[in-house]
Amino acid sequence: MPPKPASATGPLRARASSGRPAATLSEVFADSAADAAPTGFALAQLEPARGPLLWVSDRVTRKEAGIPYLSGFPAGFEVIRVDVARPVDVLWAAEQGLGCPSLGGVMAEIWGDPPVLDFTATKRLALRAETHGVACWLMRRAATPALGAARERWRVGALPSGRHPWDARAPGQPHWRVELFRSRYRAPGTWVARYDRAAHRLELEHPMALRGTEAAGAGAGG
Amino acid sequence: MTERGTTARRAPGRQAVLPFPARRPDPPGPARAEPDELARAMAALARAMATEAAPASARAGTYARQESFSPVGRPRARPAWRAGRDGDAPDLRAGALETRGRAAAPPAERDPLARRITCLHLPRLSVERWQRCLERLGEPLPDDLPAALAVDGPHGPVIHATTRAAEQAGVRRGARVVDMRALCPDLRVEHADTQGDRMALQRLMLWCRRWCPWTAVSGEDRIVMDTTGSDHLHGGEAAMLRAIEEALSHLGLSADLATAPTQGAAWALAQLGGVRETLAPGTLAARMAPFPVRALRLEGETVLTLQRLGLKTVGDLAVVPRLSLARRFSREAPWRNPLLRLDQMLGRSPEPVEAPDDPPRFAVETRLAEPVEDPTPHLPALAEALCAGLAEAGFGARRVRLTVYRTDGEVSSVEVALARPSRDFRHISRLFDGKLERIDPGYGFDLVTLGAVHAEDLSEVQTRLDGAAEDGAELARLTDRLTARFGPAVVRRAALRESHVPERREDWHGAPDAPWPSRPGTGPARPMRLLAPAEEIRVLYAVPEGPPAQFVWRRLTCRVVRFAGPERIAPEWWRDRPGTRLRDYYHVEDHAGRRIWLYRDGVLDDGRGETPRWFVHGVSE
Repeated sequence: MPPKPASATGPLRARASSGRPAATLSEVFADSAADAAPTGFALAQLEPARGPLLWVSDRVTRKEAGIPYLSGFPAGFEVIRVDVARPVDVLWAAEQGLGCPSLGGVMAEIWGDPPVLDFTATKRLALRAETHGVACWLMRRAATPALGAARERWRVGALPSGRHPWDARAPGQPHWRVELFRSRYRAPGTWVARYDRAAHRLELEHPMALRGTEAAGAGAGG
Repeated sequence: MTERGTTARRAPGRQAVLPFPARRPDPPGPARAEPDELARAMAALARAMATEAAPASARAGTYARQESFSPVGRPRARPAWRAGRDGDAPDLRAGALETRGRAAAPPAERDPLARRITCLHLPRLSVERWQRCLERLGEPLPDDLPAALAVDGPHGPVIHATTRAAEQAGVRRGARVVDMRALCPDLRVEHADTQGDRMALQRLMLWCRRWCPWTAVSGEDRIVMDTTGSDHLHGGEAAMLRAIEEALSHLGLSADLATAPTQGAAWALAQLGGVRETLAPGTLAARMAPFPVRALRLEGETVLTLQRLGLKTVGDLAVVPRLSLARRFSREAPWRNPLLRLDQMLGRSPEPVEAPDDPPRFAVETRLAEPVEDPTPHLPALAEALCAGLAEAGFGARRVRLTVYRTDGEVSSVEVALARPSRDFRHISRLFDGKLERIDPGYGFDLVTLGAVHAEDLSEVQTRLDGAAEDGAELARLTDRLTARFGPAVVRRAALRESHVPERREDWHGAPDAPWPSRPGTGPARPMRLLAPAEEIRVLYAVPEGPPAQFVWRRLTCRVVRFAGPERIAPEWWRDRPGTRLRDYYHVEDHAGRRIWLYRDGVLDDGRGETPRWFVHGVSE
C-alpha cells in the first residue's frame, strides 16, 4: 500500500490541535491607556521563579502609561528594563529576548498601531516564543485589534474593586473585566478576574458572580 | 623643612648623570626635584670618577625590560600573536638589580641594542597635505609655481614649509614672508594649518600600525615605530622600508626612513643618512661618529655651545670624558643634555617608543589583495582565529575592536563590549551586526584587524549535563546584544536605595552584570506603574480632609468613589532643597474603577508656598 501523500497543511493542523504550548505570544489590549489593569493581568500569568522579565517599552508608552515600579509588583519579580524609542526596536529587542530561555518572560509594550507591527512581525514573535518556551506578552494601548498572529488576544479593563476587609471606604482586591476575543486553543469568553497580589493568584469568574459582591460593596459603601 | 625646600628649588634642571643608564628613562618634561635623585647623582659621579670607562657589557645590566602588555593579570603563556615585544617576562627583580655586580651581567639580560627602531621623517608633510587638498578641490598646484605655507611670527608671517620649486627659488624655512617675496615675487603664500597637520600625523601614526604594533609621534614631522620582530612579516627590513615608502608615496607623502637599534640613531639616519638606511648594532658607534652634533636631537642653543667648544661631530663628543660633559651640562634639562642624548643614541640609556595606547595582546589580521569596502565577509574567520588564540591562552574578550586600514591613510574602527568575558566567535561576530555599516571605509581598505582590546581570565567551565546552558551566560549574551544595538544606558536593572521618596527608591542604572537585589517582601501598598514625572491634576471639588472628590486628569473628569490614605512622606532634608514640601499620598478609585495613586504636595499653612497642588504619581492594577 503506498504511503499516504502528506498534505501541506498537515503539520499545521497537527500543531493547532496539539493543545496550548507552554509559552506563546499573547496580546493584551487596554481599555484605557492610563490603567495598570493590563499590566497586572499579564504579570498575574507569569511565574516569578522562572527567571527575570525583559521589559521593553517604547517612548510614548513610558510617557503615557508610566514605567514599571518594582515596589508595586508581586514579590519575586525581577526586571531587565530596555527603554527604546521606536516600535521596531521594541520588536527587535523582544525577539532577542525570546531567544534566551533563562528569561521568565518578555513584556513588549507598543503604543498605537505602527505599520511595523503587522502579521509577519507577530508571527515571528509567536514562533520564537513557542520554540524557546519563553512567554511573550504584547501590551497594546490606544490600538485597534487588526490582523495579527497572537495566539490569544485579550481585552482588559478595570472594574470597581472588591471589598477591603477592614476599611469599607478603601479600594480592596482588584477586579478586572477580561475578554478573550480571539484564541486558538479555547472558546472566547468574558470573565471577571480577581487578583490576589499577596498570593499571586488569579481567579476568572463568570460575570454573574460579580453581581452579589458589587451590590454588597455598594451597600456597605452607601 | 627649609632644607627640603632649598633642595627642591635648586634642583630643577639638574639631571642625574650616571655612568651607566638609569633604570627608567626620564620622560621629556619638566624635571622633577627629588632628593633621592640628587643623592643618586652624587653616588654616580663618585663611581664615574673611579671607573672612567666601564665596559659596555657591564652597562647592559640595568636596561629596563619593557614588559609585554597585558591588560589584566599576568600572561599565562607567551603570546604568539602578531609581532609583540620580544620580552614578556615580568620584571620581578627590579629591586635586586642594584645589588648585582656590574661586571657580571646575568645571561637573562637582553642586549640593549637588540631593538629595531624605524624612524619616519616626513619633511614636507604640511605642504604635501595642502597640495593634496588642492588637488581634491580640482585646482592642483603647478609644479613650477613657487608656493609656501606661512605661520605667524613675532614680526609678521614667516615661512613654515615650502614646495620644491620655492626651495629652488631660494625660499628658506623660518625666513620672513616679506623678505622671500622680495626674493621671489611670484611666490604664492597661504596660511599653514599646523593643528590639522598635527592631527593628520596622529592619524597617520595609527595607520602605520599596519606594520608594527608600537608607533608614536615624535616631534612635528616624525613617526617612530618599534619594528622589532615585525620585519620578517614583510620580507625583511629592507623590503619593509621599501613597502612603507611606497605606501606613503601613494598617499602623496615623501618620507625619509631609517632603521637603527636606537631611537636616536634612527632619528639621525632618517634626517642625515642615506636612502632607507638600516644600521646593524655592531656598527652603530662608527656610523654615528661623523654626524654633526645636531643629529643628537639638540636645540639650536646647545648645538651652538657645542660648536663653540669645538665639538662638531658626534665622534668628537663621544671621546670627551663623560665627567667633564656631565659637569658642563649638569644644569640643562634632560632633552637639552648632550650626554643624555648621546647615551640614548648609542643605546646606553633606554628610550622606548612611547605609544599613546598599548596594542591589544590578542589580535588577528587579514591582508587583502585588493581594497574592498565591506568588512562583513572577513569577520567570521577573524573572530574564529581570535577566539582560538584566546582559548589557547585561557582568556576571554571583554572588548573587541575591528579596525580597517584604509588606502587613503586613515584608520576607522568599531568596538563592541561584552558583559562577561567570552571567546565564542559566533557571539562576538553577531555583536557586530548592524555596527559594521557605521564603519567608514573611505575609498576601500586592504587590511582588517580584529583585536581583543580588553581581555580577562576565563577558565573552561563545565556545562550542565542535561545540555541546558548556564543561566548567567545566556543573560549576559542577551545583554551584550541589546547593549551593542542600543547603547549601554538603555539596558538597565533596578537597584534599591534607602529612600522613602517613591521616585528615588528605585534607581535604574546600567549594571547588567550586577546581582539581583533583594527586595523586602512587605511594605506599604505601591502602584504597579509610576508616572515620571508626576502629572498635575486640576481639583474640581475639594474636601477639607482626604483626597479631592472630583478632579480633572488628562482632560477627563474623575469622580473619586473610594480612597485609602493618607500616607505622609516627608522630604529628605539631607538631599532635598530647602522649601520642599511634604506629600500626602492617597490610593483612590474613580468611578470607572481605575485605581490611581495621587498626592498633595504640602499642606495648607505650612509656610512653604501657596495652596497645595495635587499630582498623579502612579496607577495601580
